[in-house]
Amino acid sequence: MTDQAQKEGGNAWQSEAFIKNLTKRKRAERRFRLTGLLAIITALTLLAILLFSIVSKGYTAFVQTFVTLDITFSEEVIDPNGTRDPMELRSANYSKLVQNALRAKFPEVTSRRDLRRLFSLVSGDADTKLREMVENNPELIGKTEPVSLLAGDDVDMVNKGYIDRNLIEDDRRVKDMELSWLDVLEADGDIEIHFNTGFFTNGDSREPEKAGIAGAMVGSFYTLVITMVIAFPIGVMTAIYLEEFAAKNKLTDLIEVNINNLAAVPSIVFGLLGLAIFLNVAHLPRSAPIVGGLTLALMTLPTIIIAARAAIRAVPDSIRQAALGLGASNQQAAFHHILPLSMPGILTGTIIGLSQALGETAPLLMIGMVAFIADIPSGFGDPATVMPVQIFLWADSPERAFVEKTSGAIMVLLGFLILMNAFAIFLRKKFERRW
Amino acid sequence: MQIQADENVEAQRNADHGVIIATRDVNVYYGDNHALHGVSLDINKHQVTSLIGPSGCGKSTYLRCINRMNDTVDGCRVTGEIMLDGVDIYGPEVDEVLLRARVGMVFQKPNPFPKSIYDNVAYGPRIHGLADNKDDLDEIVLTSLEKAGLIKEVQDRLHSSGTGLSGGQQQRLCIARALAVRPDIILMDEPCSALDPIATAKVEELIDELKENYTIIIVTHSMQQAARISQQTAFFHLGEIVETGDTEKLFTSPSDERTQGYITGRFG
Ligand SMILES: Nc1ncnc2c1ncn2[C@@H]1O[C@H](COP(=O)(O)OP(=O)(O)OP(=O)(O)O)[C@@H](O)[C@H]1O
Ligand SMILES: [Mg+2]
Repeated sequence: MTDQAQKEGGNAWQSEAFIKNLTKRKRAERRFRLTGLLAIITALTLLAILLFSIVSKGYTAFVQTFVTLDITFSEEVIDPNGTRDPMELRSANYSKLVQNALRAKFPEVTSRRDLRRLFSLVSGDADTKLREMVENNPELIGKTEPVSLLAGDDVDMVNKGYIDRNLIEDDRRVKDMELSWLDVLEADGDIEIHFNTGFFTNGDSREPEKAGIAGAMVGSFYTLVITMVIAFPIGVMTAIYLEEFAAKNKLTDLIEVNINNLAAVPSIVFGLLGLAIFLNVAHLPRSAPIVGGLTLALMTLPTIIIAARAAIRAVPDSIRQAALGLGASNQQAAFHHILPLSMPGILTGTIIGLSQALGETAPLLMIGMVAFIADIPSGFGDPATVMPVQIFLWADSPERAFVEKTSGAIMVLLGFLILMNAFAIFLRKKFERRW
Repeated sequence: MQIQADENVEAQRNADHGVIIATRDVNVYYGDNHALHGVSLDINKHQVTSLIGPSGCGKSTYLRCINRMNDTVDGCRVTGEIMLDGVDIYGPEVDEVLLRARVGMVFQKPNPFPKSIYDNVAYGPRIHGLADNKDDLDEIVLTSLEKAGLIKEVQDRLHSSGTGLSGGQQQRLCIARALAVRPDIILMDEPCSALDPIATAKVEELIDELKENYTIIIVTHSMQQAARISQQTAFFHLGEIVETGDTEKLFTSPSDERTQGYITGRFG
């Protein structure tokens, strides 16, 4: 062996074959790095395209067009008997005020059909606003004041540039007559764009200019609370039991295989299960966050269990032995040492599972959370919808104005997902610092 | 007359150093792997017994039988009789948690908890309720650290992490942690294998002091260490005890050829 090396004139690392092999390995490594870099660039580009398309379509959802009209709070419309009775004030016909104002502004419009078009310049939401104004301040009655009112969705679309004025009239949703009114209003400085607070405070609506995602956000919140309260403790306990207490035998192997399989089951199957158990057997309320949360908990459980088991398994056995060797019981070793040490991993897994649940639509369709619900839910048993379902509903609506709402809602959903992940990182860091 | 005096000395020694652990015909199986074959060994009280033998001969396995740590190994089965003060520790009425409080263990690789030095030592007393109040606990922690010869190095950073210590300090921290439970017996599985000569010397010194109050069983790969610190030595080979007896006698005039071979470095 040594003889041979000497005959070849030196040690192995000096031989030609060795050097050749080395250059080959270096080339392979460079190639691999390049591929990795390409992969990352591709991924980032795709992500950027996605974000750009959503943001460019959706940012206008956060602003809304308003029309300022001189509203005359005429006594004969609001309170013909002059009683100032709150009941009377409440039930008065406030849309009449808006209509009068519009008529005064455009006296040339007379035909019934044209009037209907004229009135639709202002959203149906306007009467609510006027009613609130009068109820808060009955002094207004009899006065005339400029009031900024939510514009109808067509006006909003034109104002945001989504409707092409150059199209021939028949192909256009907004007709020439309406455009001319708009131009008049514009010229008088009566059209403004404001931040759309209603998008974050309103429930869903058939009228796009009124529709908001507050209902969906609250619904998502209640649903996720249920999911977390159910899935987190059960998942973590299951993982601890399986890892630390259960005997390793055929049965636990079978359970393990099944849990892994459950994580891969299409989510709609969990929806069917939820429908069968929670609605048909347990008779819980339809469309309610409690049912949605339970269904999503079923779906999230395997994810949490798998993540928690991996985190628990990653704790070195020496820690377990140290605790047991001191006379700690299995339970003490698990809860004093293993669990705290694996908590960062468990939390990360849980939050990933919850993010999945937050973005899930299919199983919720099965349990009726897809219904149109205008009210903001005020409890776990109220009918509700969730953000992804709201996005699905809006994406399905014919009005042009819902397109931007859809993208806007997606942005809000993404924002929440980023927040949750940031929270996961925060928790992980916090726990890590303690050791 | 002379004989009688000898007998007296012998009797006194037996009183001090009577048998505390009696092992009879112990077999250990890891699944199908028969790791220990009918091991019988007596451990004397307040003495250091060292277990030597080539790698894989079952020293650690034997050690883990004594505090029933083998129970935590999946597929491990132990037969035979291990009597601690006349009670079979594998008997039905023996609680392994209690047993492990009585038989402490120091592992081959230092394994402090990723907690503060204080919490490491305080953990045992806390779970066994050995301290009534904070002062008691402080007392236990400090004396344990002192006994383990670590107090000088750590007294002003008791609340920094135990994993931030050096390897030798970590090992002494683990010894302090075992002492804090006030066991009768301490099992040490190659406690010095990761330590430099100075730290090793410190641990050896410590073991020598500890044997006044504790019974110590130590696994070691160093003949010199076994000769230096132990009074009894057992030589394991292929899952059996080949020879056991007085350390001095075993190292100077071994009766078995295999022992002779091992201690002179001819195999192992
Ligand atoms: N947890 C285990 N599972 C299966 N087999 C084991 C386990 N621990 C030890 N064994 C087997 O038991 C036999 C004895 O191992 P043991 O660890 O007791 O040897 P040792 O004398 O301590 O060796 P070393 O000096 O290398 O530490 C070996 O054959 C080993 O493969
Ligand atoms: Mg060993």
